[in-house]
Amino acid sequence: MTGEWPLYEVFVRGKRGLNHVHVGSLRAADDDMALHNARDLYTRRNEGVSIWVVKAADIAASSPDEKDPFFAPSGDKVYRHPTFYDIPENVPHM
Amino acid sequence: MTATEPAPSEADSERHFERYFEDVIARDQRIEPRDWLPEAYRKTMIRQIAQHAHSEIIGMQPEGNWITRAPSLRRKAILLAKVQDEAGHGLYLYSAAETLGGDRDDLTEKLISGRQKYSSIFNYPTLSFADVGVIGWLVDGAAICNQVPLCRSSYGPYARAMIRICKEESFHQRQGYELLMTMMTGTEAQREMVQDAVNRYWWPSLMMFGPPDDDSPNTAQSMAWKIKRHTNDELRQRFVDMTVPQAEALGVTLPDPDLSWNADRGHYDFGAIDWDELKQVISGGGPCNTERVERRRAAHEDGAWVREAAAAHARKQQQRKEVAA
Repeated sequence: MTGEWPLYEVFVRGKRGLNHVHVGSLRAADDDMALHNARDLYTRRNEGVSIWVVKAADIAASSPDEKDPFFAPSGDKVYRHPTFYDIPENVPHM
Repeated sequence: MTATEPAPSEADSERHFERYFEDVIARDQRIEPRDWLPEAYRKTMIRQIAQHAHSEIIGMQPEGNWITRAPSLRRKAILLAKVQDEAGHGLYLYSAAETLGGDRDDLTEKLISGRQKYSSIFNYPTLSFADVGVIGWLVDGAAICNQVPLCRSSYGPYARAMIRICKEESFHQRQGYELLMTMMTGTEAQREMVQDAVNRYWWPSLMMFGPPDDDSPNTAQSMAWKIKRHTNDELRQRFVDMTVPQAEALGVTLPDPDLSWNADRGHYDFGAIDWDELKQVISGGGPCNTERVERRRAAHEDGAWVREAAAAHARKQQQRKEVAA
């Protein structure tokens, strides 16, 4: 019957100053239950100070099928990286 | 477009994805959800993860048996936390199985109908409170031996679940050993309880690593896919080598007259394992197989109304929200 309970993805902020990070998923009837279950399942040892849950069905994701073309736009732009630029060694603080 | 498009592109892309998959494995990177997978890899992985999840869930029962009879509030709190962890481990693993398209309901159904298995060790009874300690020390110790290499399994979600699980298993093993140390400093009767529990659990713990290498047909493929990093016999030897000095420190005897240090090999030699017993327990003939599966079935069926009520409540709340909007 969990088929009626949607799949939720769980994101936990480990401590203040850090991003929420995906930790896994769970099944719950609604958002409230998903939050409580996430607390019991993924933060039994103080692993979090904040939890996000989101229905897995609501997540839009890039597809591995289009891996190469999808990320191609950043592949040929080496000039976006600081190491692209040669600066003489005698120039300080750069 | 009409249906006259040339078809070979599909076969080409299949080969392309297969090369990509093999390349990821060869470079020791992780396979992630939604990656293209060979069907056999997906099936093997779902079966392995499900079997592992079932073991955690069934594993709640032998120790859960002692929660109401724990000898102190401290031991009861520890045991509750440990059994709750086992439930958590099961859920991390079902979550990993779902990323491969394994359906949780379907997996539970397969467990309670006997179509999927769980670790043979949980088919043995827990006859005294010392068993709780021995399970933590030996059974969880063997599980750690098995599971630490799985933290580098090629399937990302499984490897990540194993990292969480291994961290928590360390608590399980240490609380067990501490419990036994406490009993060993108690009365003669308590020391006898510990020795009796060790006698009963030693050989089944060695069987947890599975059949010997020359009788383990899936090992080669699993190692090639980096689902498995060491053979059953390698891990079993590692466990024996780790455990002998722990037994000495505890002051118990491991029930194997052939157990002795082999300086040439740099390992302990140990006696022959009764593989017929393992086969019998795996195929349903262990002391508690029926009881364990029936208990799981009853819990699942008794919980049906709760799952239905929660779903009905969620639907009603949703409808109210829509009316209000």
